[in-house]
Order: sequence, then structure tokens, then C-alpha cells
Amino acid sequence: MDQRVPAVSMRNITKTFNSGAVVANKDVSINIYRGEILALLGENGSGKTTLMNMLSGIYFPDEGQIFVDGKEVVIRSPKDALDLGIGMIHQHFKLVDVLTATENIILGLKEKGKLDLKAAAKKIKDICDQYGFDLDPMQKVYNMSVSQKQTVEIIKVLYRNADILILDEPTAVLTPQETQSLFNVLRNMKADGKAVIIITHKLNEVREISDFVDVLRHGEFIGSLTTSESTPQEWTDMMVGRKVTLNIERPDPLGLPPRLKVKDLTVRSEEGLIKLDHVSFDVSGGEVLGIAGISGSGQKELLEAIAGLQVTEEGSVIYVEDDGTEEELLNQDPNKIRRMGITLSFVPEDRLGMGLVGNMDLADNMMLRTFRKGKSPFTDRKNPHKRAELIVKELEVVTPSIETSVRRLSGGNVQKVLVGREIAEAPKVLMTAYAVRGLDINSSYTIYDLINQQKQKGVAVIYVGEDLDVLIELSDRILVLCEGELSGILDARKTDKNEVGLYMTSLHGEGGEAS
Amino acid sequence: MNKKTKTPFFHIVKRGEIPRWESIMIHAIALILALILCAILTTLLTGQNPIDVYATMFEGNFGTERKTWILLHLLAVLLGISLALTPAFKMRFWNIGGEGQVLIGCMASGAVMHNWPQLPNALLLLLMLIAALAAGALWGFLPAICKAKWGTNETLFTLMMNYVAIQITAYYTIRWEVPKGSGKIGIINQASHKGWLPSIAGQQYLPTILVVALLTVLLYFYLKYSKQGYEIAVVGESERTARYVGIKVEHVIVRTMSLTGALCGLMGFLLVSGSAHTITTTLSDGRGFTGVMVAWMGKFNPIIMIFTSFLISFMGNGAQEVASRFHLNHSFSDILTGIIIFFLIGCEFFVSYKLSHNKKGKEE
Repeated sequence: MDQRVPAVSMRNITKTFNSGAVVANKDVSINIYRGEILALLGENGSGKTTLMNMLSGIYFPDEGQIFVDGKEVVIRSPKDALDLGIGMIHQHFKLVDVLTATENIILGLKEKGKLDLKAAAKKIKDICDQYGFDLDPMQKVYNMSVSQKQTVEIIKVLYRNADILILDEPTAVLTPQETQSLFNVLRNMKADGKAVIIITHKLNEVREISDFVDVLRHGEFIGSLTTSESTPQEWTDMMVGRKVTLNIERPDPLGLPPRLKVKDLTVRSEEGLIKLDHVSFDVSGGEVLGIAGISGSGQKELLEAIAGLQVTEEGSVIYVEDDGTEEELLNQDPNKIRRMGITLSFVPEDRLGMGLVGNMDLADNMMLRTFRKGKSPFTDRKNPHKRAELIVKELEVVTPSIETSVRRLSGGNVQKVLVGREIAEAPKVLMTAYAVRGLDINSSYTIYDLINQQKQKGVAVIYVGEDLDVLIELSDRILVLCEGELSGILDARKTDKNEVGLYMTSLHGEGGEAS
Repeated sequence: MNKKTKTPFFHIVKRGEIPRWESIMIHAIALILALILCAILTTLLTGQNPIDVYATMFEGNFGTERKTWILLHLLAVLLGISLALTPAFKMRFWNIGGEGQVLIGCMASGAVMHNWPQLPNALLLLLMLIAALAAGALWGFLPAICKAKWGTNETLFTLMMNYVAIQITAYYTIRWEVPKGSGKIGIINQASHKGWLPSIAGQQYLPTILVVALLTVLLYFYLKYSKQGYEIAVVGESERTARYVGIKVEHVIVRTMSLTGALCGLMGFLLVSGSAHTITTTLSDGRGFTGVMVAWMGKFNPIIMIFTSFLISFMGNGAQEVASRFHLNHSFSDILTGIIIFFLIGCEFFVSYKLSHNKKGKEE
């Protein structure tokens, strides 16, 4: 597009997996220039991360060339990439918990002479000052918040003099406020002449931070747009390949009586820290109760306590049957809750570590919920198989077969399998934790639709989310947690992002207008 | 174009799920390569033609009917112990106490056999069996309950239990030694054959072989189709998922380890009653450890485990024949078996990954 030499130029890159059976990237060419921020857009499985992994030395392309500053290079390992000044910040952090920020940052560096932690800390401090990071080099990683850990990861590559940075969904785990400070840092880097590539699903962030947008679809390069001269609607259309509407439907709540009554729920972690502090609320059939809060404010403990997976200290969770009888759910194991005839479905945050077994196939994963049925000592394999087939068909799960290990599916398809299984049980209460995290737009809307369908069937839905825009659009009421305490319950139809943000960061929205 | 960097000749690529025949091919190639290496090594050491050496090996296993029965018996014992260990390992419970669990089974059945020879034979055999099952189950139960209750390390615990079993056996072999001062028990009930498993069709080893064959089938169905087998698989893959769906993980651990222990005890009973008719500390002969390897190499599938244990028994037996015929050290058979196992385990790399030849980038 102009005469400048791109910092990185990937040309005609092709990458296949499974001996060519899966084409992750096909003949993709992209350019990145210094002093610019490029947003790489595409649905799940469109090959964004694979493409970037080839740049950072994790994968090796089958075909194509990579040029850095106009010279052809061969990147065989992450070390090669770093030697060329390319650093990638992955979605999942790779830090040693018991070490300090400094120790983590210099880990693996082969510098001559004595280990000089002080000098390293000084250099880290300089980097922080230069770009506007807020980090104590001597802090241990286990004491850090998610955003601080991310800061350590970013400084790790800057410390190695990277000037081409790749960030894979950096804002997925951040609060709006943390996202803003990250963006400030990125702007400083851009001003400093670094080339930044950011992979994200959040279109408003793309608009805010990027200069250019490159879109991939099904592994192919679709087009490059200037951010300021295009609209989110155009990007989505390019990503999906057809027009999509960006509004979430919100049917009115059914106005049923309360289904779950939570009172004074208190949970302490094994270390004795208060995780939930006397939280009380009701949730009715036919409504979606959104739960907002900075990550780690007690959302996980709340859902797991209701599901019978968390030891609680105090309080009660009452389940109200259709005829008005009340059952205590607290301190019952999940099996007992089921035997009481209560179908409580739970889509946990950790899909492959808790909700599903990665190494088992789709049918075997369906069996997790049903294998106890019947008196026979042997398992029924036919029905789970049928159920898996049904879910694949209805939710358009992309999988080679029912016999494929779940871990081989892409994130969105894994989630469809999990949500599909939980809904197939015809629950009375449906709890989801970060149901659309890492999912592309199409899959996300499938999940929102499913949630709304359940709501209209009279299911009480508890939806823990992180994208406030979605929470406000999807929920009927929003319960905000702040450091384990109930900060407020807001009417989703009347509130806005700023108000929710205030409640998330301070109890009862102090500083904002009281509701 | 400025080409300073060299494109690497090949790179490692992770494979997806590969078809079964391809996996079998990879294993077959590994086996052939291992046999070629073994042949070269044998020739260098003995100066013999490798074909002769393999012929000797084959003769060592199938040369006479008796040798074939010995092979089948070795195979049955190794397979049986491997099968016994499988439920625990499938649950990812690192039980390296198979040796002790087998030995305590030997000890328990031997003790009954030694102390109550006056009982009717059927009753005696039944009591021996029960004692062996119970002792083995106890040896499995103890590390499991401690792990479930207090999170103790099962590897250390089961390892220590081996020594306890060995010491108990050593103590009683001295106490019950026949004749005095010999330091061993000798053949128990040599005259009366009380507590000896009866021969079937004149074959002393046949009962053991039949029991193990039955065990193979039962365990195959137990692991693959039963609810308990499914629970074992889920706990092994992810304890958190197991808890999430309401499986009582502690309960499954204790139940499964007791089963593994009891089955090891059963193998101990078969060793004492079916072939050895005595108690020594070396009855299990390391098969409590070899069995771990067989179970893993067979991917916890009892049917595949038949082949892995056959291979190990065949090689061990054959190499011994080679060693004795060519006057080689006894360790020679271990070397050959080691080479084969190395290749078979090593080839798993090629099942999960492949080396991909690099094509040049397109020129513009």
C-alpha cells in the first residue's frame, strides 16, 4: 500500500495439520508496519492464532516466506523469533507462581557473568516508566492479579528487546479499567515505533486501539481495512461471510416465583480468606440473572457452592419446587442434588478441566451426566451416542465424528458440546460461567439464543459474564460482586456500563449515584 | 535474494488421531528394527549367524512341547499381573507396589497351605484363595485409604509396602524352613499335593492359563463397559470433572486399588498353588514392575496387553536359551529385552508426531 518496508511481511503462508487434513492457513499474506497497531480479526478456528504462532516460532509453516525488515528469515523456535525482535504474549500465562516478577522475567536468559537481580529490577523499572506499566518487580506472582501477570508477560518480551509484539486476546481477562491502562501502554509502544499485532474478538476495542484490521476466514486472508474508514458491521460481515445482526434479543421475564433463594452465603478459601461474604439473592424461573464482577470476586465460589462443589461456612441455598416445597441444597454433593430430582445444570468456567473430559469422545462426555441411570452394572452407550449426534446436528458442532476426542475440537465447539449436554438434561436451574469466553461471534450468538430459549421455558438462568455490553443486553437483572460481597443488584434495562463498572470496583457503587 | 539462513531439513509436526493400521505399522517397523539391532549385537558378541540365533530363540520357546507350556505359563503370569495393575493405572494411581501385592498373596496362600494340610483339598484351596485375595486387597487398600484421607503419596507408599511384604516373607521362610538350616521352605506338601491346583489334561500350568484367560475377558468388559470402569476412566482423566459430576473420587480410589490388590493376590495364589508350591521372596520375580510397563504399552487394553506380554515373555525365554547355548552371561537376555522395549516405547513418539520434510517457499 505504500513504499515503506514492513516490519514483518508474511507471504503466501500455508499451514496444515493432520497431514493436510486440516488447513489452518491457506496462502495468507499480511504486512505489519512499525508504529502501527494491527488488529487481526476472525472467528474461532479461522487461523489467527496459528498464523501468529508461526511468526513466534511455535509452528513452522508448510509453505510460504516470512520477511523481517525486508529480509527473508527462517523462524524455527521462539528463540529465533525473539532474536528477530518478535515476542508473543499468549492467552494463557506461563509464569512460575513462587518467583517474583523479576525472576520470571529473566528466567531462561543466558546472560554472561553473575546473576544480578538488582540490575534486572532496575531495567524492568525503566521499562515500566517508559511505557506506563504499574508493576513492583519484587512482587511474587502468586500475589498478583490477572492483569499484573499479563504485565509481567509483556515486560518479559520487552526485556528481550522485542519490537514486534503479538498479543493473543489480551483483554479477555481484564476489567474495563484494566483494558484502558493496557491500551495506554500499547499507544506508548506505538509512539515508540514498535509494531503491535492484537488478536481480539471485541469489536469496540478494535475500533479504539487499532490502525488497521486484517480479517481471516476459514484460514484464508479476506481483506485489510483501515480502522477509521470502516465499521464494526463491515468487519463482522467479512469475518462471517454474510450479514449478521449485532443485537441480542431479550425476551421479557416470565414473572414466575423464585426458584432459588440464596441467603447469607459465606465461603472461605482453604487459606482462610473470605471469598463470599453473606451474599443473599433470589432468582426466579424464566429470568436471566447476570453476575458481574472483576475476575476472582467470588463468582466461581458462588456457582460451585450452589452446585454442591464448594464447602461453605454459613448461609443457605433453598430450592423451591413447582409446588412450593423447599429443599436445602447447601453441602449436598452434586449426586445427592440430582437424586432429589433437581436438575441443576452447570457450565463451569474450566471447560476441559471440569465440565468435560478432553481425552474422551463426544458420546463418552455425554455419559458423564447419565451413566448412572439404570440398575445394570454396565453403562448404556446408545442413548449418549444419540444425544451427541443430536447436539452436533442442532448446535452445528464442527467435528470429524462423534468418536473424536473433545480436546481436538476448537474452543467454540467444545463449549457447544458442554452447553448442549447441560441443556439436554432439561434443567430447572442453569448456571453458566463465562459461557462465551474465547468464542467467536457466531458461536456466542448460538449460546445467547440457547440461554434465551431456556429462559422462555421457565428455567432460572444464572449467567456469569465478563463482557458488560453483553451482560446488560442479555440479563434481566445484574448482580454485582465486589471482593466477595454483594455490591448491588441492578435492573439491566435501566443501567449502563459505567454504573456496573462502579459497582464492580467499589461497594454499593460509592462515588456514583446510589440506586 | 539474500539467503543466509538455512531452512531446516525437516521439522516435527504433531499428528492428529491416526488410523489404527498406521499405528500397528509403526509398531511393527519398530519391532523389526529392534530385532535387527538385537541380531547385530548378538552376532558381534557370539560370532553366530543372526538367523541361527533367532532360530535358537524360537526353539527356546517352541522347541519342545514342554518349552511351549513354559512360555504360555510365563505369558499368563505376566499378563495376569499386568491386568491386575491396569485398573489402578487407568485411574492414574501410581501403584508400583504390584510386586508386594503379589508376594503377600503368595505368602497368605502359602501360609494356609503350610499350616492346614489336614483340611480337605477343595476347602484348603478355597481358603488359600480367600487368604490371598484378602491379603492382596489389604496391600492395595492401605495406600489408597491414606491417599484418599490424607493425600499421602501413593508411589512412595506402595513402594514401601513392597519391602514390608518381602520382610514378612523372609521371616516366615526362615521360621518354616525345611530342612532346618537350609533357609528355604522347600516344596510344601510334596507327598500329599495338598493345596496344589490340580493338573488339567495332565498339564500342570493349564489351570493358571485358563484363569488368566478368563480374567482378560472379564477385565476387558469391566474397564470398557461397566459403570465402575467408566468412573475409573473419568477419575484418571480429571479428578475435577469426576467431582463435578458427583463421582466420589475417594471412594473410587479405595475401591479400585482394593481390586488391583486383590487381583495381584490372586496371581500370588496361582503362583504358589499352580506352579511353585513353595514360598520365596523372589516368586514375583520383578513382574510387579514389568507389569506396569505391559499395562502402559498396551494402553490399558487387555487385548493389546496379550501381545505385549507375549513379546516380553518370548524374548526373555528365547534369550535365555541363546545365552545358555552360547555360554553368555545371564544378563544377556535382559539386554535384548531392554532393546526391544526401548524401541517399542520410543516408537510412541512417531505415533504422536511425525517428521515433515520442508518444501521450499514459493519464489516470486
